[in-house]
Amino acid sequence: MKTRKMTSVLIALAMSFALFAGCSKKDADSGDNTFITIKGSDTMAHLVASWAEEFGKSNTGIDVSFTGGGSGTGIAAILNGTTDICAASREVKDKEIKQANDKGITLTELVVARDGIAVIVNPANPVNEMTIEQIGKIYTGATPNWSTVGGVDMPVEILSRESSSGTYSFFQDVVLNKKDYAVSAKLMPATSAIVQAVTENKGAIGYVGLGYALAAKGKVKIIAVKADASTPAVVPSDASIKEGTYSVARGLQFYTNGEPTGNIKKFLDYCLSSAGQKIVQETGYVVVK
Amino acid sequence: MQNWRKILFKEKAVKYTLAAAASMSILIVLLIFTFLGKEAFGFLYEPGLKELFHTRWMPVSSQRESFGLVPLICGSLLVTTMATIIMIPFGVGASVYIAELAKPRERETLKPFIEILACIPSVVIGFFGLLIIVPMVKKVFGLQSGYNALSGAILLALMAIPTVISISEDAIRSVPKDYKSASLALGASKMQTVWRVIVPAALPGIITAVMLGIGRVIGETMAVMMVTGNSALITGNPTESVRTMTATIAAEMGEVPFGSTHYKALFCVGIVLLIATFILNLIAFKILKKYRMIG
Repeated sequence: MKTRKMTSVLIALAMSFALFAGCSKKDADSGDNTFITIKGSDTMAHLVASWAEEFGKSNTGIDVSFTGGGSGTGIAAILNGTTDICAASREVKDKEIKQANDKGITLTELVVARDGIAVIVNPANPVNEMTIEQIGKIYTGATPNWSTVGGVDMPVEILSRESSSGTYSFFQDVVLNKKDYAVSAKLMPATSAIVQAVTENKGAIGYVGLGYALAAKGKVKIIAVKADASTPAVVPSDASIKEGTYSVARGLQFYTNGEPTGNIKKFLDYCLSSAGQKIVQETGYVVVK
Repeated sequence: MQNWRKILFKEKAVKYTLAAAASMSILIVLLIFTFLGKEAFGFLYEPGLKELFHTRWMPVSSQRESFGLVPLICGSLLVTTMATIIMIPFGVGASVYIAELAKPRERETLKPFIEILACIPSVVIGFFGLLIIVPMVKKVFGLQSGYNALSGAILLALMAIPTVISISEDAIRSVPKDYKSASLALGASKMQTVWRVIVPAALPGIITAVMLGIGRVIGETMAVMMVTGNSALITGNPTESVRTMTATIAAEMGEVPFGSTHYKALFCVGIVLLIATFILNLIAFKILKKYRMIG
């Protein structure tokens, strides 16, 4: 076991050296990048890595590399000119656009995939739809009982991801209106644990990526969400997330400096192609085309 | 003559190498203390030691980030106390049975199983807890949810019991035979001998065993993170969800920005945890030392 561990460490080391070696291999003569760097969102890591791998198979000679660090890190990198493409699971803030303008950079946005978060409850719970505000109030602890939102008299068990998860912050921003989670919210170490807990407890509520929620069909019930009291309730689905009618969803986007050209454009076109969008589906996100 | 010198030199070399190997652990302990301290030190300036006494642990917030250790310490304390209460009767009972009452055949069957239980990885025990203990606790106590301190305590007791059994069994076995013979000769029954003579004589060893078991319980992370629900509540109620210090470090360390207040706060949690286990081990060591002197 030990030697195997050592070997894998060595392989990892060798691979990282190879990566560094690749960095210096920029083709200065042709004026076009044969080495594309992408930096940003950890949420998109798996997706972008899969794209890079598949793209590399059919386009030998063009290396695409991805480094994570979070959306903020990626945006900072493109502002500093240290990356070709920034991957971000949130839109750029006004402050960042202003910074870009000051530096003479025009950020060009391209939405490459979408990510929907489904709110799930136990199938025995009679509640089928809620407004964002109602869900937010449950999560902040203001509504401790299901009877307030049209359910039976039963205390709510709040389930959330750990605070280190990007989904935790996203849900906090969009649904909780940036308020704090209730102290009694149970922070589960994994999405699967949330699904498991919701199946066990009639009063539980949780949020998971749409892919997970659909995979657990029958064991959990997906809540239809109203953006506010006057709009119709929308069930999260590939279609409603694509249209943008489902509110607890976010775009996953690439930012480039100006209109992409050459190999960068080639890569972006690949991401939006049917082959690229198939990978989006395979990695559990929602296609944009 | 020359040969002798060579051997002498070799002996010395071996001796110092072994001494170096033995003192490595001291060095490592000191290094751990130093580096934990170094990373946590910045917390004293910003936001200051007072923040650690806050009653809320809310490290990711748009309102106000709080890094109060009170709920975490409370969580660890509750789970550990409950686990100890469960662990003592099972651990001590089993060790008395194996050391004094079991036939050799029974002992030979029991011991390997106890040893297997001792070496099951904690993640696997966590799975067991998630699928069996959590629903069971929910059902037996008629609760809304089984993700609570009690589930964690049962799992942790399960993990610590083998440690308690093997050490207290050793202690019981090392009680001199004369005690037993004398007691039986005076007309005491077997049970009277076991509970009134042998167990009291082995008590310091049993206490040490329990202490080491508690040490294991406090430091355990994975299993407890999977079943306690991890809400940072200040509560003494075992049917409520709690967040232990270990689970907090494990869950949050991976994504925390390097050098941030949150990062430093997690190192403070580490220091508190280290001090707690340090004190426990010190007490266990003291008792063990005294016990050897009597025994």
